[in-house]
Amino acid sequence: MLLDVQNLTITFNTKTGPLTAVRNLSFQMEMGETLGVVGESGCGKSITNLAIMGLLPPQAVTSATHLSLEGKNLLSLNEREWQCLRGKDVAMIFQDPMSALNPCYSVGDQLIETLLVHAEMSRSDAALESLNLMEQVGIPAPKERLKAYPHELSGGMAQRVMIAMAISSNPKLLIADEPTTALDVTIQDQILRLLKDIQEKRQMSLMLVTHDLGVVAQNTDRIQVMYAGEVVEAGLTQDVIHHSTHPYTFGLLAGHPDARKSGERNHKSRLPSIQGMVPNLRQRPKGCQFHPRCSFAQDTCRLEAPQLTVTPGISRATRCYYPLNRGEGRTDQC
Amino acid sequence: MLKAVLKKILNLIPTLLGVSLLAFLLIRLVPGDPVMLLLGERGADPQMYTEMKRNMGLDRPMYEQYFTFLGNIFQGDFGHSIVSKRAVLTEFFDRFPATLELGIMAMTFAITLGIPFGIIAAIKRNSFFDFTLMGAGLVGYSMPIFWWGLMLIIVFSVKLGWTPVSGRIDVLYEVDKVTGLLLIDSWWSEDGGFAAFKSALSHLILPALAMGTIPLAVVARMTRSSMLEVLGEDYIRTARAKGLPYARVVIVHALRNALVPIITILGLLFGSIITGAILTEMIFSWPGIGKWIVFSINARDYPVIQGGVMMIASLVILTNAIVDILYLWANPRMRH
Repeated sequence: MLLDVQNLTITFNTKTGPLTAVRNLSFQMEMGETLGVVGESGCGKSITNLAIMGLLPPQAVTSATHLSLEGKNLLSLNEREWQCLRGKDVAMIFQDPMSALNPCYSVGDQLIETLLVHAEMSRSDAALESLNLMEQVGIPAPKERLKAYPHELSGGMAQRVMIAMAISSNPKLLIADEPTTALDVTIQDQILRLLKDIQEKRQMSLMLVTHDLGVVAQNTDRIQVMYAGEVVEAGLTQDVIHHSTHPYTFGLLAGHPDARKSGERNHKSRLPSIQGMVPNLRQRPKGCQFHPRCSFAQDTCRLEAPQLTVTPGISRATRCYYPLNRGEGRTDQC
Repeated sequence: MLKAVLKKILNLIPTLLGVSLLAFLLIRLVPGDPVMLLLGERGADPQMYTEMKRNMGLDRPMYEQYFTFLGNIFQGDFGHSIVSKRAVLTEFFDRFPATLELGIMAMTFAITLGIPFGIIAAIKRNSFFDFTLMGAGLVGYSMPIFWWGLMLIIVFSVKLGWTPVSGRIDVLYEVDKVTGLLLIDSWWSEDGGFAAFKSALSHLILPALAMGTIPLAVVARMTRSSMLEVLGEDYIRTARAKGLPYARVVIVHALRNALVPIITILGLLFGSIITGAILTEMIFSWPGIGKWIVFSINARDYPVIQGGVMMIASLVILTNAIVDILYLWANPRMRH
């Protein structure tokens, strides 16, 4: 097992009192596996990633019964040990590549710097290696691009540079936090394919965080859907997509535009959406976190929080008292 | 980059022309007649007065006077002082090293303390250190130089007797002018280099402190706010995610970006250093251009004032051009 997270809870101490962003989150990742993490903004996806990187701000309190990467206990690391881990064992790429690169330094400088932190090599070797990395991520004219500054690159190119930086030390786990959200649709596909490609070549594990179910459906082995800091549904990608039972997952799937369908659709019909907003984490609803927005909610849902339960015969777990029985429904989606 | 630099330099020409016009006009707007002042209260013989006025060229129309002034400047002639009869440029360069030395010292004081203070305040945001520092910064910023200078003299020179009250160096030391900067020249003094250097330094400390306090406060506050902004940027998170040590993240990744507004402020501060020099030099009897200009204004020494102001303004403008070029270095996005 590569990553093991048990009962991870992240609380922020704010002026107006504690705010729990992630609650009792448990999940595992195997070597070479691709996990898709899906959810709206503010559901705790990015916070979880930052916790795995040890990059949470000081006012965040992390607790877990177990949190380990390759058997290494992450809960007891000091800042120096975190530095050795970051970028080497686990690397991260971010949503907006243009702002994630330092505008004051050339692409080459930033790549070489990354190589030099974790490996004993001369600057000229690092320069050669960075050229090699630029080629691997499919950047044309890599030699010239090394001298370029971030503002001289397109968004897609900048994200390729970010990927090159992230894989430079051959991490075991690559966390891609909304890697394509800020990019054009045509570029999105290229970047996702590049990520898959690199993952296969290097036998890395990839955590693909996104709010776009279409992205994870095609590129992941497993999916976990998060809502208000909790996993609401998790399982093999095919099972979750085709046999989604949690009303939230179902809502996300229904809200996904489908090119094949839109031709047939009446122009006046609207794309279905989930009503309401993610709950305010200071005033969490009682019972199921999703019940205020759920059109199937019953009294039980309002009183007691449901547990994540595995559906028999299928590798998927749902946090819902009344899972939807629409296994037949969504096969056309993907 | 080179093209951008050349463009900056070409842009200076209209500014300098504007400055020359202002320098010329402003002194003529001040009441008082240089001829009368020169002749003294008793000797106002009308014939002598007209003759003297003609000799100085002050009887001709304003625009003619201006163009003569401008034409002479282009030939490197800034005129001669009415009082001392010496060339304005010679007088200027006699006194300029003193002001330069003071200014460099004040700016060094402001930068070497202000930037680290600002960085620490930003990293330890809302801590006791941060509050103390920013509070002190606000006080420093609001302090009038003349009052602050006098207070420093009262405490350190009069009460404690640690530093001399005024001047650049003890009269005991005979220092030959090489660079004009006493901290350097004093080493070759006949009466023992180190003692002379110490004397020059002890004379320099208080005025530099007085003059550098406002820039120090400005630099510290600016560094803090600029660093706070930069530390929240995505690329700082990237730098940390790469596994860089925090010190490197702060100094290499954050500070370099935070420097852009700081450099801009430093350029503007250079102008205020000159203003500060006028006050500081008066209080500490520092024989620099600030004091020189004040005396010349009192004497209505037109050539010195317009020539001196022209030289000072050119220096400030030149510094700002250098700052702009530094700005290009700090911010690659500006190079196009």
